[in-house]
Amino acid sequence: MGKFLLRRVIYLVLLTIVASAVAYMLAATQLNPRSKYEGRNPPPAAEVVDRQLDSLNMNDKTPLLERFGTWASGVIRGDFGKTIDGGSVNDEMGRRMWVSLRLMLIGSILGTLLGVAAGAYGAIKQHRWSDRTLTVMAFVLLSVPTVVLAVLVKNAGIWFNQATGNAATPILFTTGEITPGLETWSGVGLKDRAAHLVLPTIVLAMNALAFYSRYQRNSMLDVLGSDYLRTAQAKGLRRWKALTRHGLRTALIPMATFFSYQFALIFVGATFTEKIFGWHGMGEYFVDSITKNDVNAVAGVTFFVAVLVLIAGLLSDIVYAALDPRVRV
Amino acid sequence: MSATTDSGLVTTADTPGGPDESENGQSLSHSRLVLRRFLRRRTAVLGIAVILLLVFFAYIGPFFYPWSYDQLDFEAMQAPPSAEHWFGTYQIGGDVFAKTMRGLQKSLVIGLLGAFFATVLAAVAGAFAGYFGGRADLVARVATDLMLVLPGFLIIAILSPAFRGKTWLLFVVLLAAFQWMITSRVVRGMTQSLREREFVQAARFMGVPGWKIIFRHILPNMASFLIIDFTVGVSAIILAEVGLSFFGFGVQPPDVSLGTLIADGSGAALTNWWQFYFPSGVLVLLVLAVNLVGDGLRDALDPNADTGGDK
Repeated sequence: MGKFLLRRVIYLVLLTIVASAVAYMLAATQLNPRSKYEGRNPPPAAEVVDRQLDSLNMNDKTPLLERFGTWASGVIRGDFGKTIDGGSVNDEMGRRMWVSLRLMLIGSILGTLLGVAAGAYGAIKQHRWSDRTLTVMAFVLLSVPTVVLAVLVKNAGIWFNQATGNAATPILFTTGEITPGLETWSGVGLKDRAAHLVLPTIVLAMNALAFYSRYQRNSMLDVLGSDYLRTAQAKGLRRWKALTRHGLRTALIPMATFFSYQFALIFVGATFTEKIFGWHGMGEYFVDSITKNDVNAVAGVTFFVAVLVLIAGLLSDIVYAALDPRVRV
Repeated sequence: MSATTDSGLVTTADTPGGPDESENGQSLSHSRLVLRRFLRRRTAVLGIAVILLLVFFAYIGPFFYPWSYDQLDFEAMQAPPSAEHWFGTYQIGGDVFAKTMRGLQKSLVIGLLGAFFATVLAAVAGAFAGYFGGRADLVARVATDLMLVLPGFLIIAILSPAFRGKTWLLFVVLLAAFQWMITSRVVRGMTQSLREREFVQAARFMGVPGWKIIFRHILPNMASFLIIDFTVGVSAIILAEVGLSFFGFGVQPPDVSLGTLIADGSGAALTNWWQFYFPSGVLVLLVLAVNLVGDGLRDALDPNADTGGDK
C-alpha cells in the first residue's frame, strides 16, 4: 500500500509539473501584456515599455524558455511573480482563496447533504411521485447553466427586496461580500455577511444538489438490490436501520471521489457565481487576469488548480482505501 | 460526464429477447427491441419531439420569419415581444427571435460536432490503448491523465485570443479535446475484456490486423455505450460553450451562439427581460431535451438498466 501510494504521488507530481509548464507556455505565448501600454496616449517610449515588461518578466522579446526559467525558479522558491500592475501574485491569491472558501463552504456542504439525502430518498421511493418529482427537478436544474441560474436567483433577490419594500435597505444583498466599512467580526458585520451570502449560496447549493441527487440515487439503487441488505432485514434489523446502516453507508463509497474533488476545489471558487455576485475570489481573478493579459497571474492560478486537483486525486485514493476494504491489498 | 464503468453496457448479440420478446414468442432484432424500449419512455419521446421542433425552428423558421438576424428595425427599438417581433428587439432594433434562432443553429452544430469529435477520439484512443496494451497503453494513459490535470475551462480561456478572428471550428475542437478522457478510460477497460472474447481471438488468429479488429469487432460491440456517451457529450459541450462565451472566451462576433446571446442579455434581465429569458429558455429547453433523450437511450440500450421507468 505504502509503495503503491508513493509511486502514485511521484507520478501525479510529475504530471502536475508538466501541466503547469504547459499552462505557463500557453499563457506566455497567447496573452499579450504589451497591449496594456499600446493603447495609451501619448504612447510611452518603446524602451520604457520594455524595461517595465522586463521587470515583470513578461517581455515577449525575451526568449520564452528564459522567461519560463525565471518563472519556474521563482515558483520553486514559492514566488509566483508579479501581476501586470506590479503587485504580488502570491498576496493576491492568498487573499482571494479565502474569499472563495467563505463563498463556497456553506453552499457546498448544504448542497451535498441535501443532494445525498434527496438521492437516497428517491432511490428508496423509486417510481413513486416523490421520486419522480425529485428526478424532474434534478433534470431541469442540470439543464440550466450556472450563468442563467445565478442571474435568475440574483433577479429573484432584487424582486424580493422590492416586494418587501426594502429596495433602499435590502434584506438580501446581490453584490459583494460585505458592505464596505463594516467591522467584520461585529454582530452587525456578521449579519451583513450572512445577508450577502444567501443568494450565492442558493445557487451553489442548487448546483450541488442536482448533481449529487442523480449520482446518489444511482449508487443507492445498486445497493438496494443487493443480497446483504436483504440479509440485514431478514435477520431482524428494522428497515430504516438497515437502509441507513448498511444501505446508505455503502452507497456513499462511490461518492467519495466526488466529495474529495469538490472539497479540494473549493479554493478555486465558482467562476460564474463569483463574477455575477461580485465576489473577488479566485474564479473571478482568473477570468480578469486573462482579460488583462496578466501572464503570471494566469500561470499562478492554473498551477494552483493543478496542485489542488492532484491533492484531490490523492485524497480520493486514500478515502477510497479507507472506506472500501477491497482496495486495501 | 457520466462515470459509470458498467461493463454490462457491452451489448452481446447472442442474447436477444429476454423479457422483451414480442407477443408471438419470436425474438425481435436488437435494433427493433431498442426502438421499442425507447418509444415506451414518454419523456424520451418528448425529448426527441422538442429537439426536432427546435431544429425545425432553427433552420426552417428563418425562411418564414419576416426579420433576419442582421436586420435592424428602427421603428421598434428595445421593444417588448409583439406579433411583429416574437421575442422583442434589442437596443438598436435587432430582432431577438431571429438572433436566437441563429444562435440556436450554432449551438446545435457546436454540440453535435464537439460531442462527435470527443466520442470518436475517446473510442479510438481507448480502444487502441486497451487492445495493444504496452507502450500504446502507457502513452494513452499519460495523455488522459495530463488532460485531466489541465483545467479545461482555464486552458480554453487562455487560448481564446488565438482563435479570435479565426473559424469557430477551432473552438469546437478545443471543447472536444477536454471532453474525451473519462470516456476513453471506460472504453479502454471494455476493450480489455472484449479482447479476450472468442470472436476477437478468432479474428486475431486468422491474421486480421489489430486496427481492423478494433474498427470491425471491438468498437461496434460497444456502440450502445458510445451512443449514450455522445448524447451526454452534446449537452455537456453546449453548456461549456455557454460558460466560455459568457466571458467572451467562446464564440466570437460576428458569429452568435446561445452563449453569446445569454451573455449579452444577462445585463438586461431586469429591464428588458425578453433579451435574456428567451435565449436562456431556448437553451434550457434544448439541453433538457438532449438529457431526456440520453436518459431514454441509456435505458433502452443498456440490457441491465431498469426499464420500468414509466410504467
